[in-house]
Amino acid sequence: MNNSPEPTDQSRRQFLGTAAGIATASVAPGVVLHIAQATSNSYPVTEAKRWGMLIDTNKCLEDCNACVQACNKEHGMDLIHKPEGQDQQKFDQQKPTWIRKVKLKDNLTGRVTNLPMLCQHCEKPPCVDVCPTGASFKRADGIVMVDRHICIGCRFCMMACPYHARSFIHENVEVKPTLTPRGKGCVESCNLCVTRLDEGGTTTACQDACAQAGHHAIIFGDLNDENSPVSKALQELPSRQIRADLNLNTGVRYSGV
Amino acid sequence: MQKIDYREWGVDTLFYWKLLIGLGIIVALGGLSALYMEHEGHWVTGMTNLVVWGTPHMFAVFLVVAASGALNIASIGSVFGKKEYKPLARLSGLLAITLLVGGLLVLVLDLGRPDRLLVALFNNNFKSIFAWNIYLYSGFMVIVAAYLFTMMERKANFISRPVGILAFTWRLILTTGTGSIFGFMVSRQAFDSAILAPMFIVMSFAYGLAIYLLVLMFTFAQDNRVIGDNLIKRLKNLLGLFILGMLFFTAVYHLTKLYGTKYHGVEYFFLVDGGIYTLTFWLGHILVGMLLPLALMFCPRFSPSRMALAIACGLVVIGGLATMYTIIIGGQVYQLEMFPGMTVINEGYGTEVAKYAKYCPTVPEFLLGIGGMGVALLATTIGIRVLKFLPETLADESVS
Repeated sequence: MNNSPEPTDQSRRQFLGTAAGIATASVAPGVVLHIAQATSNSYPVTEAKRWGMLIDTNKCLEDCNACVQACNKEHGMDLIHKPEGQDQQKFDQQKPTWIRKVKLKDNLTGRVTNLPMLCQHCEKPPCVDVCPTGASFKRADGIVMVDRHICIGCRFCMMACPYHARSFIHENVEVKPTLTPRGKGCVESCNLCVTRLDEGGTTTACQDACAQAGHHAIIFGDLNDENSPVSKALQELPSRQIRADLNLNTGVRYSGV
Repeated sequence: MQKIDYREWGVDTLFYWKLLIGLGIIVALGGLSALYMEHEGHWVTGMTNLVVWGTPHMFAVFLVVAASGALNIASIGSVFGKKEYKPLARLSGLLAITLLVGGLLVLVLDLGRPDRLLVALFNNNFKSIFAWNIYLYSGFMVIVAAYLFTMMERKANFISRPVGILAFTWRLILTTGTGSIFGFMVSRQAFDSAILAPMFIVMSFAYGLAIYLLVLMFTFAQDNRVIGDNLIKRLKNLLGLFILGMLFFTAVYHLTKLYGTKYHGVEYFFLVDGGIYTLTFWLGHILVGMLLPLALMFCPRFSPSRMALAIACGLVVIGGLATMYTIIIGGQVYQLEMFPGMTVINEGYGTEVAKYAKYCPTVPEFLLGIGGMGVALLATTIGIRVLKFLPETLADESVS
């Protein structure tokens, strides 16, 4: 039996040491970054907040389309182009539209009102009730969304929505925005710029655009916080829900209509 | 009643293959249309964000409703004990399954993501009537298949009645579910009515029987088999009763809506101002689907003629499709009333301002729907050729 020690293979030790060092150097920044980024989107959403909106139609102007344009840019709707050969008027009703400007005239008085129409983020959303797979869902903080992974494109939610607030993706999607995933054959609608909120933001693209245009017709915030701008505005201004008869307790309220 | 013998459909082989190829072409065109719609996206259809269910849904809902109605003949025999209907039961069960398969195929192939069908099986929201329908439809096929087995296998005959009662109960729930898809839609002025569920049930009776009679008379005539005059008269009277039922429910539905002021807008749309939808209502739903068939079947001048009965059945089918078009598509074209007392000047969809939404069906939609009908008829044609679904004779002396 030979007991004499074999000479240690130093090169193997050096290789392992170097590999461990490189691995640590690669992973560590990621871990540190992850910990550092542990902001609001790392925690579960709770019912403590209920996001909502007040739209003061008295400040909403007919020739202004800032909210629509901002929404289209924020959520990549401006990247969708009319398929070749498609009729423009038909395409206008087929392209995704999360927010649209509606113009109304009172039948008795003739008074004209303009307002942006979007998902009303109901407390009891009919779109969620009818969705067969549960793809339409409401977050604890009141935001109604679509899970594009399990949406089968049956459009029942669009049939059930009292506000025409949902869009079906009728065409191939060439550019897919990271923050607003989009796929042909699925349904989508306004999500109150949820990625902003999850990153700690407190405004929506439409609200910012409206303010930038100098109108301040859209006031957004936490309806559960009585000191939030939206709650204060709701206390001051008379407001109503669209289709209040359905008793959906909408998160979007309108004043002056 | 004499012992009933059943025999495979014995038409000439060449004729049979011509029929199969003809139906096969219809099915293939439907399949190609589905592929085209799937590949390009729904922009190639007439559907938009305002009219989200189109022509395929007209065909699909019609077929699903007719499927449950086609089972009625079997139910009358085994559930209600009318012996003269028993020889008709096998074909009734077969048609119930094939029509449902055809309808469901259209429905599934029109989905935005038909490839995710499995998702619908593993993720269920049971507050959705759609989720319920997934189980009602698949359960219906299983139960009717079992029902057919109990009728066709002598050793299982003794449980035919309880299985028949289950199938009958199931079909009533199924059609209630289909009608409730629309009846539960509280936000839409054209729907939002509990009467739609029983109305769909009575419509299913008529559509199912009309298709059944057409298939029965065609297959028997081609194979030189006899259908007795008394039996034909019975079935004709039954169809007449079902059509009167449809007329009654249609009248009650519209009268109920006409009574309340808040629905005057939608009634004005359907009855007077809806353009093509007013036409499909009066001409298709009422005249072609109900009044003309009644006249053909019961006017003494035409009533003895079997050709008149066949035409009446064809008109019921055409009228049924017109009814679905009016209800499903017209119900969406009449836009949601969000602001009572106000007129929408601009809806915010581009520059167009329209009183009613626009929908113009395209060829692929139509072919997909027709393809579903083709699937139902193709499967029936194969079924009666390879298995003993058709009785040897339906002469009055053998069934009375």
